[in-house]
Amino acid sequence: MSQSATEKSKQPDASSQDQASSVPSPLFGSCPLPIFEHKQIVLGHGSGGKLTADLIDKIFLPAFSNPVLDRLDDQAVVQVNGARLAFTTDSFVVTPIFFPGGDIGRLAINGTVNDLAMSGARPLYLAAAFILEEGLLSEELQRVVASMRDAAQRAGVQLVTGDTKVVNRGKGDKVFITTTGVGVIDRPIEISASRARIGDKIIVSGYVGDHGIAIMSQRENLEFEGAIESDCAALNSLVNAMLEVSDIHGECPVHAMRDPTRGGVATTLNEIAGRSGVGMLLSEESIPVRETVLGACELLGLDPLYVANEGKLVAVVAADAADAVWQRMRRHPLGAESSIIGEVVKEHPGMVRMKTAVGGTRILDVMFGEQLPRIC
Amino acid sequence: MKYLDEYRDGRVAAKIVEEIRKAQTKPWVIMEVCGGQTHSIVKHGIDELLPQGIELVHGPGCPVCVTPLEMIDKAHAIARRPDVIFCSFGDMLRVPGSDGDLFTIKSQGSDVRIVYSPLDCAKIARANPDKQVVFFAIGFETTAPANAMLAHTAKRQGLNNVSVLVSHVLVPPAIAAILSSPDNRVQAFLGPGHVCAVMGYGEYEPLSQQFHVPIVITGFEPLDLLQGILMAVRQLESGRAEVENQYSRVLNRDGNRSAQALVFSVFEVGDRNWRGIGTIPGSGYRLRPEYAAYDAERLFNVTQIATRESEICISGEILKGNKKPHDCPAFGKQCDPQHPLGATMVSAEGACAAYYAYGRHLERAANDTKLTRIASAGAA
Repeated sequence: MSQSATEKSKQPDASSQDQASSVPSPLFGSCPLPIFEHKQIVLGHGSGGKLTADLIDKIFLPAFSNPVLDRLDDQAVVQVNGARLAFTTDSFVVTPIFFPGGDIGRLAINGTVNDLAMSGARPLYLAAAFILEEGLLSEELQRVVASMRDAAQRAGVQLVTGDTKVVNRGKGDKVFITTTGVGVIDRPIEISASRARIGDKIIVSGYVGDHGIAIMSQRENLEFEGAIESDCAALNSLVNAMLEVSDIHGECPVHAMRDPTRGGVATTLNEIAGRSGVGMLLSEESIPVRETVLGACELLGLDPLYVANEGKLVAVVAADAADAVWQRMRRHPLGAESSIIGEVVKEHPGMVRMKTAVGGTRILDVMFGEQLPRIC
Repeated sequence: MKYLDEYRDGRVAAKIVEEIRKAQTKPWVIMEVCGGQTHSIVKHGIDELLPQGIELVHGPGCPVCVTPLEMIDKAHAIARRPDVIFCSFGDMLRVPGSDGDLFTIKSQGSDVRIVYSPLDCAKIARANPDKQVVFFAIGFETTAPANAMLAHTAKRQGLNNVSVLVSHVLVPPAIAAILSSPDNRVQAFLGPGHVCAVMGYGEYEPLSQQFHVPIVITGFEPLDLLQGILMAVRQLESGRAEVENQYSRVLNRDGNRSAQALVFSVFEVGDRNWRGIGTIPGSGYRLRPEYAAYDAERLFNVTQIATRESEICISGEILKGNKKPHDCPAFGKQCDPQHPLGATMVSAEGACAAYYAYGRHLERAANDTKLTRIASAGAA
């Protein structure tokens, strides 16, 4: 689970639209559960933006709160008999299940591997649960499974347990996959969204927005010059390369690290800025975006900084080691287009600002719900 | 990127800003008409680059924003019908009516779809002959040809399960309404580039003459906007009031004649109610009588629904250029994109939503804290 700490709790007011229910459910008696404003779940609750944060804050956290969960990192880090384990789970629902540059199987492996890797853990074992829709072609399932096998092999993890359920036709969307993973943190390091420090440099590992635009152009039958492929990839070997630098450097210079999936780079950086209580200043010109992705975004009225990635990371790195880490990333195939895109500042804590190419500044806020194509 | 980077070059921008500084001797208020221009100004921070004394105010050119609440309620009533597939441009889905938005209606089981082109509705209608496919045809002159094309195609191909819910608005009558208002502050306009790509800019000449106001038809990229502002300032400083075309790489005086012919074969001009502003005579399109069979409002006979707008909301004043989002006590507090109180917060193109999306409510919160601190320091 990830959420933004910058999200302010909203007081429902009498004049707001009727979706807002100002009366807490009597079921919970005196239990001070926060008021969840939506009577029904809408798609935006799964967008990774403010609505998702709202769902976590108001429904999940009050029920499950504990010190490990409350850190709200993309993985839990727990100590078992002296070993530090990273533990995470993620569900994958995507239409279409096969898309340029990947498929739901590869996403399911890499997504969970990446959530583990972002803590500096060495991913070890995965579990996979499949919800299959009646009528799914066996051949399609076999393709998905083969792709998972290959992805697991490449990432160096083993799928060691699983589960399968089948639902009636129309009650699912071909196949939903949940993967759960466990890894071990070998190094004496602590990487967390709450550890960004003033002066740190912000590095992104390559072109942003590829995955979201690849999916959208496939889903909506939009044809762009030069196919856009998903960047879906396992990042554990890139992370390992980055941490080798820290082995030489002594103290781990990587303070915070996340893979900017739903909600994109902007939402991820807001989460880190909020949880660390620091400001961030980015430079638009230093953020790598492919021309095709930029063109597609212009056409659709989307912002690449809020578009999902599946094979990128953003790292907040100590200033004196940033160059060494960045150089090492550039030598890795998954980090060849890495770029230092900004720094952590003491001004405007909790807020991410960006110097625009044209010389102005703008604030990058957390995404609200789904990004919607604009009319004109 | 070709045709994009060239218009976002910081060095060129700095030069144009310098030209504006040289040309300007007194303060001026300039309105950008289009929501797309507002969005771009806030996204790129263009207003921050301008010399002091050049004030940009944000115009009524966001079609989603100015669509009246009763029309949204009608759309929702139609979308809720089990025999209907309701199609819309994406940013209309989050606009709340009196009872939820289209996302909510979709979550309750209705078939609501986002389309990128109105013509997609013809395809959907052919694939679903047992359903009524309704398209929410909103927008300014820019989207009118594509929307007209849907009705035209449906009629030509004899598709009897497609209809359009029309809420089209026109720019020139809105400019006239703003200029006629007794409390008008606007001294020059950045005219709507894409609207004029369809309609040309000839129809702005009488407005410019009658109200003695410079109108510079302007594009949407940062350098377009800065150049448009420079052209407007030069006119203001020299006392000229003309229609000038900054966006000449896209449009000319006549516009797109074949698009206009299509539009006028399907639509006719009628009065329209603008959310936040009220009814402006001759400010919209409605279907011509020969297209009555494709008129969703008539087909579904949606009854008038009484609606009530927020009393705090100042969106009407914002749309007319008299106030800015920051002037509203509810901005970023009771009113945000999740709970829009009025027109200018409902779509990304609206001035309030653009300010919000680019975090200017956070800036205001920071300023408020600073002011409180100064005030309490003063008190101590």
